[in-house]
Amino acid sequence: MNARTIPILVEERQRKRATPKGRVVDPAALADVRQALGSAARARDMLIEHLHKLQDKFGHLSARHLAALAREMDMAQTEVYEVATFYHHFDIVKEGEVAPPRLTVRVCDGLSCELAGARDLLERLPAILGTEVRVIAAPCVGRCEQAPAVAVAQHPIACATTEAVKSAVDAGRSRHEPEGFVDLQGYKEEGGYALLKTCIAGEIEVDQVIKALEDSGLRGLGGAGFPAGRKWRIVRNEPAPRLMAVNIDEGEPGTFKDRVYLERDPHRFLEGMLIAAWAVGIGKIYIYLRDEYHGCRAMLESELAKLREQPPFPGMPEICLRRGAGAYICGEESAMIESIEGKRGMPRLRPPYVAQVGLFGRPTLEHNFETLYWVREILERGSAWFAAQGRHGRSGLRSFSVSGRVKNPGVKLAPAGITIRELIDEYCGGMQDGHRLYAYLPGGASGGILPATMGDIPLDFDTLQPYGCFIGSAAVIVLSDKDRAVDAARNLMRFFHHESCGQCTPCRNGTAKASALIEKDRWDLPLLDDLSAVMRDASICGLGQAAPNPIDCVIKYFPQELK
Amino acid sequence: MTARETITFKLDGRDVSAVPGEPIIEVAKREGIEIPHLCYKPGLDAVGNCRACVVEIDGERTLAPSCCRAPQPGMTVRTDSERAIRSQKLVLELLQSDMPEADYTLHNEVDEWSAKLGVGKPRFTARAQPVRDGSHPAIAVNLDACIQCTRCLRACRDEQVNDVIGLAFRGDQAKIVFDMDDPMGASTCVACGECVQACPTGALMPARDAALTVPDRSVPSVCPYCGVGCQLTYHVKDDRILYVEGRDGPANHGRLCVKGRYGFDYAHHPQRLTRPLIRRHDAPPKTGDFVMDPTRVMDVFREASWEEALDFAGGTLRKIRDTHGRKALAGFGSAKGSNEEAYLFQKLVRTGFGSNNVDHCTRLCHASSVVALLEGIGSGAVSNPVMDVTRAEVVILIGANPTVNHPVAASWIKNAARAGTKLIVMDPRRSDLARVAHRFLQFKADTDVAMLNALMHVIVTEGLVDEKFIASRTIGYDELRRNVEGYSPEAMAPICGIDADTLRDVARLYARSKASMILWGMGVSQHVHGTDNARCLIALALMTGQIGRPGTGLHPLRGQNNVQGASDAGLIPMMLPDYQHVTRPEVRARFEQAWQLAPGTLDSQVGLTVVEVMHAIKKGEIRGMYVQGENPAMSDPDAHHARESLAALEHLVVQDIFLTETAYLADVILPAGAFPEKTGTFTNTDRLVQMGRQAVPPPGDARQDLWIIQEIGKRLGLPWDYQHVSEVFDEMRHTMPSIAGITWERLEREHAVTYPCPHEGDPGQPVVFTDEFPREGGKARFVPADIIPADERPDADYPTVLITGRQLEHWHTGSMTRRASVLDALEPDPTALVHPLDLASLGVRPGEVVTIESRRGRVSLYARADDGTPRGAVFVPFCYYEAAINTLTNAALDPFAKIPEFKYCAVRVSKGGDAPRQSSYGGGQILAALSSVGA
Repeated sequence: MNARTIPILVEERQRKRATPKGRVVDPAALADVRQALGSAARARDMLIEHLHKLQDKFGHLSARHLAALAREMDMAQTEVYEVATFYHHFDIVKEGEVAPPRLTVRVCDGLSCELAGARDLLERLPAILGTEVRVIAAPCVGRCEQAPAVAVAQHPIACATTEAVKSAVDAGRSRHEPEGFVDLQGYKEEGGYALLKTCIAGEIEVDQVIKALEDSGLRGLGGAGFPAGRKWRIVRNEPAPRLMAVNIDEGEPGTFKDRVYLERDPHRFLEGMLIAAWAVGIGKIYIYLRDEYHGCRAMLESELAKLREQPPFPGMPEICLRRGAGAYICGEESAMIESIEGKRGMPRLRPPYVAQVGLFGRPTLEHNFETLYWVREILERGSAWFAAQGRHGRSGLRSFSVSGRVKNPGVKLAPAGITIRELIDEYCGGMQDGHRLYAYLPGGASGGILPATMGDIPLDFDTLQPYGCFIGSAAVIVLSDKDRAVDAARNLMRFFHHESCGQCTPCRNGTAKASALIEKDRWDLPLLDDLSAVMRDASICGLGQAAPNPIDCVIKYFPQELK
Repeated sequence: MTARETITFKLDGRDVSAVPGEPIIEVAKREGIEIPHLCYKPGLDAVGNCRACVVEIDGERTLAPSCCRAPQPGMTVRTDSERAIRSQKLVLELLQSDMPEADYTLHNEVDEWSAKLGVGKPRFTARAQPVRDGSHPAIAVNLDACIQCTRCLRACRDEQVNDVIGLAFRGDQAKIVFDMDDPMGASTCVACGECVQACPTGALMPARDAALTVPDRSVPSVCPYCGVGCQLTYHVKDDRILYVEGRDGPANHGRLCVKGRYGFDYAHHPQRLTRPLIRRHDAPPKTGDFVMDPTRVMDVFREASWEEALDFAGGTLRKIRDTHGRKALAGFGSAKGSNEEAYLFQKLVRTGFGSNNVDHCTRLCHASSVVALLEGIGSGAVSNPVMDVTRAEVVILIGANPTVNHPVAASWIKNAARAGTKLIVMDPRRSDLARVAHRFLQFKADTDVAMLNALMHVIVTEGLVDEKFIASRTIGYDELRRNVEGYSPEAMAPICGIDADTLRDVARLYARSKASMILWGMGVSQHVHGTDNARCLIALALMTGQIGRPGTGLHPLRGQNNVQGASDAGLIPMMLPDYQHVTRPEVRARFEQAWQLAPGTLDSQVGLTVVEVMHAIKKGEIRGMYVQGENPAMSDPDAHHARESLAALEHLVVQDIFLTETAYLADVILPAGAFPEKTGTFTNTDRLVQMGRQAVPPPGDARQDLWIIQEIGKRLGLPWDYQHVSEVFDEMRHTMPSIAGITWERLEREHAVTYPCPHEGDPGQPVVFTDEFPREGGKARFVPADIIPADERPDADYPTVLITGRQLEHWHTGSMTRRASVLDALEPDPTALVHPLDLASLGVRPGEVVTIESRRGRVSLYARADDGTPRGAVFVPFCYYEAAINTLTNAALDPFAKIPEFKYCAVRVSKGGDAPRQSSYGGGQILAALSSVGA
């Protein structure tokens, strides 16, 4: 026996495991979680909703609450943690870490807000508000016409100044109470839901409705521009049960049209949604609303409750309102579906398409808010009316979200095909005093940057592709001679870097590397060209594919800035 | 589906055909076209996140991932276009730019593809690198080499369903995490190592750079631990096992658990017995209450030559036989040994000792299941393999904790549950499987019969029985029906603690499903009513016709790697090989002929079982024993009594690889070969006969078991001359009809064959009882059971229930696993699992010492808070010599199967006590020593 003598260890050493493997569920935390969740379903797709409940109640998500939530939902801890850490609006606090202050002030650092002085607010506010308040930069909050936009907790401040923010904080304003909208009663009094009732009553055929939509030329107004009528037809032909998912995750920097319409006339959208559900034969509807629209959420919750109490027709499909949690990527249709299912908002690979395999694996009709918003008007006024709108050979209407250096920013309902110059002059009261048009973004952060010299291009789907740009959600940001395209590109790339979901290499690594490369004074053009190619060609979704647009446009249209 | 049509498309200019749905990358591979890929790994779901495999498809705006895209007819695909290759290379360059300088693996797939595509030095600045996580004894986490491909995550979650690994955060912060970004060693990780096997870059690697050495040979074999029978590969260098990998066997398809993957280095432990030992004349007298220290073995024993040791061992046995008669000897074989060893051992006892006094630890695990199965359906083996859970609609799992005891089987159960099979877990303890279960019934310990009879009551009274099956394939139903009449769910609910609605719901689910399976473990069998428990499960299956088809049936999960084979081979006191009863004259005659014995030589009386042998020693009836690879001094109930018995033997021969508690009481110790040091066949829980192959030589002068048994046989006068293990196997198959068709050559070639396999060339039958049962008339029999309480119920003096069992990292009595460095580091100390609220009421904090006392003994160990343990109970694993819990258990036996009641006795738990005193192994000493020398 070549026994090696191993000294017997001291008896008093720390025993390794006083519990089974991993984090043990604390009975007190479990009681907290049960109380916060109440009688709500414990199904997995409710995870993000439940995380919100805990975040709202405790101001953060502690590891002990997350572990208890996992137990309560029969999930693994990592399944809860990976979802919680994906969304920017959840603050996870692990054992031994310090919880953030209860009050958070978010300063939008989207391009329009940056142009309007967001950086200055971000610099000055922390000292003014003190350590009891957390001041953080937030990606575009969808209030670009009110730039710079700030949110004190859930309370939005338009055209924010340090004084306005300070007084909101001091006054304890932390919520957004919506007002001035057409409620259910008001909508009905104006003849609302009559069209839906005629549909349900069989006075109009489904085919007629779909044909009217097709004839109107209405296209998906979230940005992809897929013909709405054709989409209805495709999903209708898929096997039941079919689901519907409505995208109000309006996150494309510069875009705020959905919010503006929703804040004023929610039932016009809901009626369009229910007509679509009827036409396509939808069993259940999910509305996904971005978290930043707190006022809209409160209003929608109460209006939906009213609608459920007095349904316009018996057997109205169940409507579930789901709350985003701070993730631009969830505006991507398949990422949104993942998020509705309670998961990380990572886009799916296609095929299969959402129309065939969508929410919970079922055929899904997915629409942007605005597309549905126009359904009633098109059906009432006729497809010809809508199709007859347009300019420069284009057809239909566009809701342009205009922000930046114009005199009167806001949502401008204008003919499709209008040029930037016409839009500014006819709808926005011209440029701000002392500013001259230098460049413009025709389609938010992703749609590229064009110089003033190219200000006569009709703005519509399909017209901008030849220039390496697109209209997307028609978010127009106007830059003036006081601005530089390079700075805009840096702002946009920071945004993409911040918002990439991290799933695929070209976007995850690409946005990070690109952002670092263009922060430099001298740009490595051949390397950026390679990077742009792999991001465009090999990214899974539109985020990564479009992210190089600002860089490519700067190189192509603003070479003088790089010298 | 009709015959598979194929489609044709153009790939790099040629017309190729593909099966619909087949990914382009696989078609390309078949055509000899290599496409770089990282996140894609056959066997895992394709997720298409790395984008290294993008190809150009005509008419598409962007490139497509060839791993996730099925070709369409007429499609034109280019893997080699300038555009495709540009992106492939850029993807590799982007990943390469974030790779560390150091190599963590010999096979970094990013490096390999980069070299193939000629990707040069990356032009991008590297990311800020995460720090190394060295918290786990078995696995090093080097996330600086991580490419977020999620292969580890899919291995952990989709494959093993351990759900420890997640992808947290987002964007370039996206990170592979354990639980909530905890150090791996502090997470719920069970160290199955599947993630390591899946990782393409070495971000997850065996700790201490174990896989950076190039092995000089790789030996295909099977796992030495549980009954699942995972196939594995030993990677060996300089006659030492470097590491182990899973192999694609029928039971595991490449998967392993922590024991299989990391529990191999016990074979190289310095305490291995390497020379025969004979008890010294001046050794202290043998007593049952010894304190053992394997490092001070020479105080008690002296080294001897093989010749001397064998002569002394065999000669003394022979002398006892010749002086006191053939019933004065007994032998315990081992369920850890091979089929051939078991066969030869029982043959030695039956023909050399001359009695049927041969048994092994099956008596302690599934004896009751086997008795009930033989009585009810005529065969003690499983009706269907574990894998059939994937074909079942409903699976009942009762009295088993497979995530701990049969981890790879549990992974298939979890896969099935995720895929929609309704899993119903019934257990007094909440196990990990409860999370994935459709229903979890935490019934009161000891009330199995009440609960199961209530289920049958529902099935009978609600007309859910399968009348046709009962009429055509069973007998005795009326008696059973009358018996369960009195067991309404409402009446049983207060007894078993499960409400009547749940009982009704579960009964309906089970009875109505198209295919239901029942799996059970020792929570069912180790009771005085263990046989009755199993009878109820059998009756459930019979009355609903849930047996005899794929995805239906009965599966007692076998414990040891070869408990099935050892029992098959006749290592039990009532049966000759292949369950041929010793009391039947024609059976004995057949074996006498096969073994070339004079007629009437074989003993016609049933021999003594494990616990009965211990009593017989006390009575002076048994005087000598030969114990091969068993450790009754640790594993028997009321172990003090067992130790006293062993100490009282005139002559004890122990053949083992370590100085076990049993060997400490031996007169002769014969140093044997460990599992990887020998070749033989092993039969898993699915009736799958598999080939275990020698990977390394035995250390020192240790010898293979088969040789030792043969040498002892010779000293008993047996004319044996087996030249090779295959000769033993060949003799076996000629006496065992079930395996008659399995040849050694076929096992060499195919690694695994299922029995029954009566004729050479038969495929083997994974599902049995399809048409008839192997009983008289071909019919199964119902056997009713009534409630019998546990032998020792809690009372005022001993108010708590003690449940014993095993834990994931340790095997049986711990003699192997506590000497495996990683396993010992993961579970170094004896613990008692107590509900946190019970612990609080004792005033004990988790980690403090508690003392547990029964009428038979007392141990002190560390308290562990575990909310899976029911209130009023304490669970203790029996593998710790320094807190040997079997000194407390009750030796009361099931009257039919003679299995002791390990799962229930009355104890008292109190705060404090002397901390358990470890000697030279356990307590994490091996790794601690390694790290102290700076490894």
